[in-house]
Amino acid sequence: MRHTLAVLVENSPGVLARVAGLFSRRGYNIESLAVGVTQDPRISRMTIVVEGDDRIIEQVSKQLNKLINVIKVSDITSDPYVGRELSLVKVHAEPATRPHIMQIIDVFRAKVVDVGKRSIIVEITGDEEKIDAFLEIMREFGIKEVVRTGKIAMVRGSKIIKCEKGDSEDGEDLLRPGCKFGLTPVKASSGVGIRQSRACTGAKLEG
Amino acid sequence: MSAVPEVNVRSGVEERDPATVCQEVPNPSTRMTGAQMVIEALKAEGVEVVFGYPGGAVLPLYDALYDSGLRHILTRHEAGAAHAADGYARATGRVGVCIATSGPGATNLVTGIANAYMDSVPVVAFTGQVALPLLGRDSFQEVDITGITLPITKHNFIVKDLQRLPRTIKEAFYIARTGRPGPVLIDIPKDITQTEGYYRYPKEVSLRGYRPIFEGSIEAVEQAAEEIVRARRPVLFIGGGVTISNTWNSIREIVELTGIPVVSSLMGLGNFPGDDPLFLGMVGMHGTYAANMAVSECDLLLGIGVRFDDRVTGKIDEFAPNAKIIHFDIDPAEIGKNVRVDVPVVGDLRWSLSALLECLKDDDFVACDHRRGRGRLDEWQETVTRWKTERPLTYRQSDPDAECSIKPQYVIEEIYRVTDGNAVVVTDVGQHQMWAAQYYTHKRPRSFITSGGLGTMGYGLPAAIGAQVGRPGEVVFLVSGDGSLLMNCQELVTASEQRLPVKIAVFNNMYLGMVRQWQEFFFGKRYSHSCLNGSADYVKLAEALGCNGLRVTKARDVRAGLERAMSLNGPVVIDFRICPEENVLPMVPAGGSLAKMMGCFPEG
Repeated sequence: MRHTLAVLVENSPGVLARVAGLFSRRGYNIESLAVGVTQDPRISRMTIVVEGDDRIIEQVSKQLNKLINVIKVSDITSDPYVGRELSLVKVHAEPATRPHIMQIIDVFRAKVVDVGKRSIIVEITGDEEKIDAFLEIMREFGIKEVVRTGKIAMVRGSKIIKCEKGDSEDGEDLLRPGCKFGLTPVKASSGVGIRQSRACTGAKLEG
Repeated sequence: MSAVPEVNVRSGVEERDPATVCQEVPNPSTRMTGAQMVIEALKAEGVEVVFGYPGGAVLPLYDALYDSGLRHILTRHEAGAAHAADGYARATGRVGVCIATSGPGATNLVTGIANAYMDSVPVVAFTGQVALPLLGRDSFQEVDITGITLPITKHNFIVKDLQRLPRTIKEAFYIARTGRPGPVLIDIPKDITQTEGYYRYPKEVSLRGYRPIFEGSIEAVEQAAEEIVRARRPVLFIGGGVTISNTWNSIREIVELTGIPVVSSLMGLGNFPGDDPLFLGMVGMHGTYAANMAVSECDLLLGIGVRFDDRVTGKIDEFAPNAKIIHFDIDPAEIGKNVRVDVPVVGDLRWSLSALLECLKDDDFVACDHRRGRGRLDEWQETVTRWKTERPLTYRQSDPDAECSIKPQYVIEEIYRVTDGNAVVVTDVGQHQMWAAQYYTHKRPRSFITSGGLGTMGYGLPAAIGAQVGRPGEVVFLVSGDGSLLMNCQELVTASEQRLPVKIAVFNNMYLGMVRQWQEFFFGKRYSHSCLNGSADYVKLAEALGCNGLRVTKARDVRAGLERAMSLNGPVVIDFRICPEENVLPMVPAGGSLAKMMGCFPEG
């Protein structure tokens, strides 16, 4: 199954390499990864689409969580969320075919952002299926170039992905007994934060 | 336990508001170079000894070290420094520190860092780097060491701003020693160590992305306790996590209370007395018959601070096939990584084991139980004891006067006798490592130091040096092989120069023994390049490098040789000419089921 992870990371050099390296060395496949800074300039947010069964996704999340620069990992796959991708498509457009193309662009609520003598650049946003469908139709006219951002996603409603590793109530799943791998199957939300101990603040630890 | 050094436990979990974390106290009088800041920071972290090797990019650091009062041990290869820091850390429970220069110096640390990473050993490695203006230009002795060590460190840093240096060191030590420990590398460009700035060392740090777990879910612990009370054939499987968390006493208490038989991973040896009737030995590829059978037949397996490595589990589908598995670990990523887990108990063992003990002592639980499981577990205890007595680890003694056919198992047993079982045993990797694990009765924690996860030949000698530095009053006995010793034999100079009385037993069979054993079993005895005939003269080697050298060729002389070695001051190499084609048994072939062991019947 394809999962969408929202990952908050520190906005510092090398973080992308750490995340990407983790995926390759543990044999997980990234389908797409989009990253950009958040409203807090010290924090970036990655949206990672990864293919795998629940057990693999659980390992991915836990391993990501172990990276020091990773602040929070949330699997939002089963949440209602808005997922979008941006794509620029350079389509072959002769004067004769141009009106037809423009019509289709309209239907997709895409935009023409550049017009050349024999081609146009179309900007389209939407989920993966929409962009795939658009590309499929444009193929008839001749696609010269495509660039896609990869998916970014945000959970609908008032729920937000918080910044603190460890303060999410849903993270307690991890520590609940009885679940197969230490994580219950994804419920409404499935952050993999760890509940923090409040009782042990300042506690003396002895061997 | 009294002989165990005071273990420095500082890995508490602090929870702070990130806004108030860095309570730096500015003091304008403390203006110094980056190199001096490193020294001051090391002192502030309580570091007493560092292992290292100088070079161009760390010249400023070494200049500051010169009259700093910090003890520096010059190894003869950076690999030695990394392993020595690792051995020191394992023997003492403190953070080991090593230093190397840029480029080749840094890459020479890599194996040692990977070794520490696999076994969760707290090490902080400092590497020099070319000056910032030269960075990224393929300069002389430039290498991207943070890139190289990315997958083998818990975290790493390159310091590009002098003002961040003290804080980075604080973070490095904090990360290395807390949670599941591991190596951290700090790469410092040469101009950073040369530049002057104000030194402010933070009292504490809190990292937004790093909150080590201490306490987990109490419901999980209660569920574990319930399973324990319900089980008929439970087994306690202990690992290196028990050592790291210093919770060996809790393990003993749990066994005292419940009577559950104990098996151990290689890394867990010493955390439970090897001579206790309920100790069944090491589990896994070269585990005992009793331990492997107990795991295969149990109805409840409590994995405590273990990671279910493939060398332990064998064929994963047939590992503890009838058992519920309870897994106690600090690292959530270990839960379900290799085996299915029925009850995960995530948290620091210091918390989870005490919580478990509390549950077990509770009347509700004790009501159906008796001390040491008398009654309920009688049958199971009898079964495991029968396995233990019917098929113990065994070997056939050789003719005491035969040349070059000393039984290696016998040497280990004799080492145990001459050291009264109180040595800190360090090993290299191979057959001798397994014999040391099997035939030395490990009774004390932090006293069996071996490369578990990575299996690094050449680890032993520098690790023994580190262990001896950390525990100067104790006997440190290195068990090595003729293959392994040569991989870092230059460190004999370090041992002699530092007058470290390490005893080094070389199990010399003129083979890469474990490779040869596999070739014998699985490759039709085609001993491809595993034969070390024309071997080095280890006595002369020892003498050439400033150590004492002894040779023992007959079983009859083993005891005398060991006693002579114990009586000598300074490092001693004893070249034991062992039976060349002796095998490590029993053995579960790689990927095989634990219940199907080769060679576990008493010989002759």
